[in-house]
Amino acid sequence: MAESLTTVISKAVPILRDNIDTDAIIPSREIKGVTKTGLSEGLFAGWRYVGGREINSDFLLNWPQFKGAQILLSGANFGCGSSREQAVWALTEYGFRVIVAESFGEIFYNNCIANGVLPIRLPGRSIALLVKIDKDIEVNLETQKIGGISFDISKPHKHMLLGGLDAIDLTHRSMDNIETFERAYFAKQPWARLK
Amino acid sequence: MSALTLFEKLWQAHKVCSLDGGEDLLYIDRIFLHERTGGVALVSMAESGHKIRRPEHVFATMDHIVDTLPGRSDETKMPGGKDFITITRRAAKAAGVTLFDLGDERQGIVHVISPEQGIVLPGLTIICPDSHTCTQGAFGALAFGIGSTQAEHAMATSTLRISKPKPMLVHFDGALKAGVTAKDMILHLISTYGAAGGRGYAIEFAGLAVRALDMEARMTLCNMAVEFGAFTGMVAPDEKTYAWLKDRPYAPKGADWDMAIAGWQKLATDMGAQFDRMINLDAGLVAPTVSWGTSPAQCVLVGGTIPVSKCKEDDKSLAYMGLEPGQKVNSLTVDAAFIGSCTNARLSDLRAAAEVLKGRQVRGGTRAICVPGSSAIKRAAEAEGLDIIFKQAGFEWRESGCSMCFYAGGEGFGAGKRVISSTNRNFEGRQGAGARTHIASPATVAASAVAGHICGASDLGVHNG
Repeated sequence: MAESLTTVISKAVPILRDNIDTDAIIPSREIKGVTKTGLSEGLFAGWRYVGGREINSDFLLNWPQFKGAQILLSGANFGCGSSREQAVWALTEYGFRVIVAESFGEIFYNNCIANGVLPIRLPGRSIALLVKIDKDIEVNLETQKIGGISFDISKPHKHMLLGGLDAIDLTHRSMDNIETFERAYFAKQPWARLK
Repeated sequence: MSALTLFEKLWQAHKVCSLDGGEDLLYIDRIFLHERTGGVALVSMAESGHKIRRPEHVFATMDHIVDTLPGRSDETKMPGGKDFITITRRAAKAAGVTLFDLGDERQGIVHVISPEQGIVLPGLTIICPDSHTCTQGAFGALAFGIGSTQAEHAMATSTLRISKPKPMLVHFDGALKAGVTAKDMILHLISTYGAAGGRGYAIEFAGLAVRALDMEARMTLCNMAVEFGAFTGMVAPDEKTYAWLKDRPYAPKGADWDMAIAGWQKLATDMGAQFDRMINLDAGLVAPTVSWGTSPAQCVLVGGTIPVSKCKEDDKSLAYMGLEPGQKVNSLTVDAAFIGSCTNARLSDLRAAAEVLKGRQVRGGTRAICVPGSSAIKRAAEAEGLDIIFKQAGFEWRESGCSMCFYAGGEGFGAGKRVISSTNRNFEGRQGAGARTHIASPATVAASAVAGHICGASDLGVHNG
């Protein structure tokens, strides 16, 4: 079950590229175990480090003023590519709770919701305004505002994040519906049911 | 009754109920897992105490992290790789799901073996915590990638909570020219409309040129729907689909088969059904295509030149790939050639590459690797002598798996190495830190391996491809 999210007040790190894929967020070589933890070291490893494991001081995430930032600002199509949920686990373990982008890879977006991370879609010009703010930015999910700018989020996603809810628990309440559906479904096409 | 699209029919048939706020509860028929993202889902479920509702509808394979070198075992070159294999095996057994393990003759890449086994069928919903699950939409199924947590949800409840995507039609009219493939079609689409051109859409591929494709080529086409940003891709089932699936181990048999076909024949999009977006393309205008940058939208014709930068993303891609605008694509020397992946490692792909390689040699100094998409494909290829052609040409001939489509097996091509690859992603570092990937069809990969620089099969005088 994810931690509930209501407000976040933090610096925002701009990594303003389009099409940042999940291979870039967490390269395959950094996924070293069958766990949801131990991944933050590998976050953006291809950009964060140079040589072996030396800190790349050109990469904004490494700048001292962004230490502890919980908000990430990016471009279009953030989190496209591989479905690997390790991308979100690496971001959360590093400390990020809010990702702002012009658009997101769909699987990545859903993975954020499942892990208590708020993905915010904003036009590029709004993101550019947020980049200019050099102090803490406030994100309020209840009022759907980031740095005074309104954002949209679907009702069920907002509900999941605010409550830190577990989708399986919610769906278990619909088990009667599922079983009724399934009986009719298999009656109509028995071949769909494997023994 | 109003006219419906294939997608709408699939959705309606699986919608359990509407949920508050616009999502639907969608029934899921089949769940596939692999050792990289599936093992962690199985372990997490066991820890949280959730039971798999229908373990007989859940399958697992070892493809992502397993070694593909001959004589392989649970050991991998990847640090910690063995854990993924052993933990997934233990968790799959404990959960009672069917596992196509190392050494099992059915083992292979998930999206290759699911059709081989008849696990995906027209009219079903099938998911896997793997973005290329859309490959299986080629059979007229609603097949899509999800995250590991959603896989847990599907295992625990046989459903997903999900917003309905919008239907899009991508219509390829006309006929492909000789030597042009489904890979070229999908690269053409993505490079024309962008890597997010399909965002929010479930895409139906249709038109004469799509009907003319065999099932394996339809899989290639649907495979890269996710590279177009789409929720999934699909092709309406037809006689080719039924012929391909008949008598597969998990396909219905006897009267069930007849009943299933009767239902499948009603899946095709009705005349007059509405799509939210339609793209019309002339297949006759598609030519052999290769990516030049680090997004599948950055493509050029095999005989073309590296384009002028139009934005800072292009600048970054050019710098990463070590390229200058105006360079001739066929002047680019390749250090390595890779034929493999869920995109292009089926038998027809290996045949197309072998046709180019027959009687030819890979250019000295070029590393060349072929990894069949499944163990069954490897055996079939060997039965017709394709392995001999590959090996005599200078290719490594490997065991089945995802292999160097990405680094997960622990192998990479090396920083700065230029790789021509039949895979689906040319992202930075995808094939190893600093590696420079150009994606293309198997025939183009084989021809480039022989020439030592990027070129098409026709440049070597091979015209069937």
